[in-house]
Amino acid sequence: MRRGAAVAFGVLGVLTLLIVWELYKFLGPEGGFVVGAIDGETGSGVMILPRTNDRAMPHVWDMVARLFQSTSGGNTPPLIVPVATAAVTTLGIAAVGWLIGVTIGALLGLVMQRWRLAEWGLLPWIVVSQTVPLIAFAPIVASIGTQIDRGGTPWPQWLSVAVIASYLAFFPVAVGVLRGLEAPDRIHLDLMRSYRAGYWATLTRLRLPAAVPFLLPALRLAAANAVVGAVVAEVSIGMRGGIGRMLIQLAGQGSSDPAAPWGPTFGSIALGLVAAGSVALIGFGLRKYRRGEETI
Amino acid sequence: MTIGTALAVRAVGVGKVFPTKDGEIVALTAVDLSVDAGEFVALIGPSGCGKSTLLRLIADLDSASSGTLQIFGKPAHQARIDQDYGIAFQQAGLLPWRTVAANIELPLELHGVPRAERSARVAELAALVGLTEFIDRYPDQLSGGMQQRVAIARALAKRPNLLLMDEPFGALDEMTREYLQSELARIAAETGAAVVFVTHSIPEAVFLADRVVVMSPRPGRITEILPMGLGAMTGDELRESSAYFERVTAVREALHGAPMERRNER
Repeated sequence: MRRGAAVAFGVLGVLTLLIVWELYKFLGPEGGFVVGAIDGETGSGVMILPRTNDRAMPHVWDMVARLFQSTSGGNTPPLIVPVATAAVTTLGIAAVGWLIGVTIGALLGLVMQRWRLAEWGLLPWIVVSQTVPLIAFAPIVASIGTQIDRGGTPWPQWLSVAVIASYLAFFPVAVGVLRGLEAPDRIHLDLMRSYRAGYWATLTRLRLPAAVPFLLPALRLAAANAVVGAVVAEVSIGMRGGIGRMLIQLAGQGSSDPAAPWGPTFGSIALGLVAAGSVALIGFGLRKYRRGEETI
Repeated sequence: MTIGTALAVRAVGVGKVFPTKDGEIVALTAVDLSVDAGEFVALIGPSGCGKSTLLRLIADLDSASSGTLQIFGKPAHQARIDQDYGIAFQQAGLLPWRTVAANIELPLELHGVPRAERSARVAELAALVGLTEFIDRYPDQLSGGMQQRVAIARALAKRPNLLLMDEPFGALDEMTREYLQSELARIAAETGAAVVFVTHSIPEAVFLADRVVVMSPRPGRITEILPMGLGAMTGDELRESSAYFERVTAVREALHGAPMERRNER
C-alpha cells in the first residue's frame, strides 16, 4: 500500500507541475509584465512576470508532440531518436565519471579515516575543490587531455568530460565514506578490539557494513553530480554527440522551434532518473546493511 | 586454555587516571581483587565508582595507570591477545546486518574457525541460550532480552574461562531481567567460567554472585568485599529465602553506610 501511495504522489507531483505551467500560460499576460520600461527602448525595465506566448512557453502537449516529429524536417528521424542517442552517450560518460569519482572519493575517505592527520590535511582542500567553477576548470582538463593525446597516449575527448564529471562526483563520496567509516558505535569497536581484530578485519566486518547507510546517499548525490558535470563539461569543452551540446544547439534555434529544446531537456531529466535508479538498485543489493538500527 | 590453578583475575594496587583539560581524574585507586577460576564476582557501586573502568582494564580495553593486573597469570594485554575472556555490555551491541547465527559466530569467523565447526558451535550456543528457533532472524526482529541472550552466546563462543559483563541486564524490564539472571546462573555453572559482573542492582548482585565487591566513588575504590555463601540454592527458592534478604541488607548497608570502613586500605 505504501508503495502505491508513493507512486501516486510521484504522479501527482508531475501532474501539478504541468497544470501550474498550463494555468499560468492561460492566465498570465501574453507579453509578460515589465516594470520601469522606457518607451521605445527594447529590453529596458525589469520583467516581473514571464511572457506566456508560445515562443516563450510552448504547450506541454506541443513539447511532447515535438519529440515524435522529424528532427529537422525532411527525412530526418523523429526528435526522440537523436535525443535518446545523445542521452545514452552522456549517460555512458557520466557513468565512467561516476566510477572514477567513487573510486577516488572512497580512497580519500579511507585514508582520512585511517589517519587523522590526513583528514586535517585533506578535508579542507576537498571542500575548497568544490568551489572552483566547472566552467573555469573544464578547459584546463581538456587541454591537458589534448596534450596527453599529442604525446602519444590516446586520450579521447569524452575522457576529459568523464574526468570533469568525476571532479563533481568524488566529493560526496569522500565525505560520506569518511562519516560512514566513523559511524560504528563505541561498543562495536570495543568488541572488535576484544576479539583482537586488526584494522582490516575491523574495516571489512564492521566499518564498511556500518558505512552503507551513509554511502548510498553519497552515491546518489555522486550520480546526480556526474550527470550534471558531464552535461556542463560537454558544453564547455564543445564535445559533440552528447545531450549537453544538443541542448545548446536546439536552444539556439528556440525562437523558430520553441518546443524543440524541451526534447533534450526531457532527455537529461530521464538521464538523471536512470542514474538515480541505478544507485537505488545498488541500495537494493545492499539492503541487509540498511536494516533499522533498532538493536538496543 | 585453563592455566593450572592460576587466578582468573588478580589485581594488586591497580589504579586508573584519566588526563583531562582540567587536570587528572582518578577513576580507580589501589584496587586489590582476586577472582578464582570459576568464581562469580559482582562489582557494585554508585555511578562513578569505577566499576566499569575496572572491567575495561581487565578486558584490556583501557590500560591501568598503576599496579599489576593479571588474567590467568598473564598481563591483561596478553590475555586479550590470547582471547581468554568473553565480554558483554549493557547494550547487546549486535551487528544489525548479521543474523543471530552470524552474530554469534563473529568471534569464531574472525579467528579462522572452519565453517562446519562454526555452525556446530553456533547451534550449541543457540541451544544454550534458548534461541535455536531464532537463529536466522535479524537483531531488529528480537526483543531486548533475546538480543542480550545472543550477546551472551557470542561472548561464550570461544569457550572463555572468564566472562566479563558490564550491566548486561541494565536496560531490560524486571521480568526479563529475573529470567535472564536465572539463565546466566545456569550458564555460568554449566560452562564453569569465572564471571566478573558489573551491576547497579543489589538483588541482582546477591542473587548471582559468590562474592559481592562494593565500590565507592571519588576516587573509585573497593570499600568492602562480601562473601554471599548462599550455597546450592537457585531460582525462586533463593530469591525468597531469608538468607538472601539478609545478604541484600548487608550489601545495602555496605553501600550506603559506614563509608569509612575501607577494606582495601587496611
